[in-house]
Amino acid sequence: MSILEISGLAKVYASGTVALSDIDLTIQRGEIFALLGPNGAGKTTMIGIICGLVTPTRGTVIVDGKDFRQSYRKVRRKIGLVPQELHTDAFEKVIDTIRFSRALFGKAANPAFIEELLRDLTLWDKRDAQVQELSGGMKRRLMIAKALSHEPDILFLDEPTAGVDVELRRDMWRMVRRLRERGVTIILTTHYIEEAEEMADRVGVITGGKLILVEEKQVLMRKLGRKRLTLNLDTPLTAIPVELAEWRPELAAEGHELVYEFDARAEKTGVPSLLRRVSDLGIGFSDLNTRQSSLEDIFVELVHNGQTA
Amino acid sequence: MSDNNLRGVWAIYKFELARFRRTFWTSLVLPVLTTALYFIVFGSAIGSRMGDVGGTSYGAFIVPGLIMLSMFTESISNSSFGIYMPKWTGTIYELLSSPLSAFETVLAYVGAAATKSVIIGIIILATSTFFVEPRVDHPVLMMGMMILIAIAFCLFGFIIGIWAKNFEQLQVIPLLVVYPLTFLGGAFYSINMLPPFWQTLTLFNPVVYLISGFRWTFFGAGDVSIAVSMGALALFLAICLGVIFWMFRTGYRLKS
Repeated sequence: MSILEISGLAKVYASGTVALSDIDLTIQRGEIFALLGPNGAGKTTMIGIICGLVTPTRGTVIVDGKDFRQSYRKVRRKIGLVPQELHTDAFEKVIDTIRFSRALFGKAANPAFIEELLRDLTLWDKRDAQVQELSGGMKRRLMIAKALSHEPDILFLDEPTAGVDVELRRDMWRMVRRLRERGVTIILTTHYIEEAEEMADRVGVITGGKLILVEEKQVLMRKLGRKRLTLNLDTPLTAIPVELAEWRPELAAEGHELVYEFDARAEKTGVPSLLRRVSDLGIGFSDLNTRQSSLEDIFVELVHNGQTA
Repeated sequence: MSDNNLRGVWAIYKFELARFRRTFWTSLVLPVLTTALYFIVFGSAIGSRMGDVGGTSYGAFIVPGLIMLSMFTESISNSSFGIYMPKWTGTIYELLSSPLSAFETVLAYVGAAATKSVIIGIIILATSTFFVEPRVDHPVLMMGMMILIAIAFCLFGFIIGIWAKNFEQLQVIPLLVVYPLTFLGGAFYSINMLPPFWQTLTLFNPVVYLISGFRWTFFGAGDVSIAVSMGALALFLAICLGVIFWMFRTGYRLKS
């Protein structure tokens, strides 16, 4: 069942910049959706429109069956937003800012919930500290706590781990999974492939304001996954022998490796014939391995094709 | 009934008043000190050489003007800061993404700033009793006008806070426009004391009508009739509300 339906969403800024062009996207309840794209692709604009920070040029957004303009109150109560930049007050106490956020979204005070939230995000010990005393990582957790303070059904995380150290990134991933277990739908933007690969159920690839692909992560990786065969040669080659030209392999590691990329799902991968030809030519190799290409390779390929198309 | 967010309004109102409380002593001491200085200079030193103005001693005559002078500047600066700071720090994202209507947002910010202005107005009035005999002919009307003027100038400040792109712009209107207009708007004199040409020119200064009206509630007499003052106040309120309505409707300097 869908919780978010975006149709025909477009944004042209006053400067004439087209940030988004006709985005259609449906998000399922309880899923983790990663919006993947380079900087300036339109990810933040899209989130901004859904959350009320940016006025769309056209298009509609339906959240849990409610139109985001007509029923903006109901819609916004369901949404929590963690923006990319660290925007915090300086002089407030941590716990006061969380209470403020909850009240701002119209929720009655709930000290037990706030305590649990702060403990979850390891901020409870800092509850009486001024926000300006917190480290960068803590401030980011504080912003997540603020976004979760009104118990939203949908959480938007805009580049949640940009400029965050490895440990905090792991914490963040754990937290996102815990939230999903509670039924929260999570939409995150990232330009780290690793992040999408690690966490998302589905991935949308956005570039130049266009959503060029939406796919289950596993399917995406299978469908577009190319494999790479690497042969470790006994004696380095200086050039590709003409007899191998039809496979279009490449030399790597200063001629010590012969690399052949192939489509793992193709009927004829070309691997057996290549190996036969290699031994016919008397090229010795000590080892071979194949590797599934990562989401990153897929992404680069997609963005590249999207731009040249 | 359920389609409002009074909790959100109350949260902002409390947050803003807490901000004022942090600077409570400076906010409190400053108007008291300023008022005392004005009374010493204008009331005692110069005032003793001035005759009565319309049957009122000069010291008492300047009380309404002094209250207005402080309230104008306090209202504009508190209200403009209130909405400018979240824009500057970036925390405005939370306000914009919250289930709060434009009216509720204005109610919260302007309500908090106006509350502070009225408190300061009352403090100045109380301070003045140390120097002169206070006389308020129409206390209910006086309070009513004080509150409405506080609201009007807080609305004006709110507009400046949304409009301003930097701290300089935040200061420029209060310092270069409002302060001179107030000084020349009859805060310290009756416009009848001016040569005829300047009297006519002064009538183009909107602040004259506000100060005159407020003074009327004290002494039952002003430079212009109380009805004209009330009309000017209503017009000022309407213009500010109109501009704010337009700002929220178009997202002017709030949304991209």
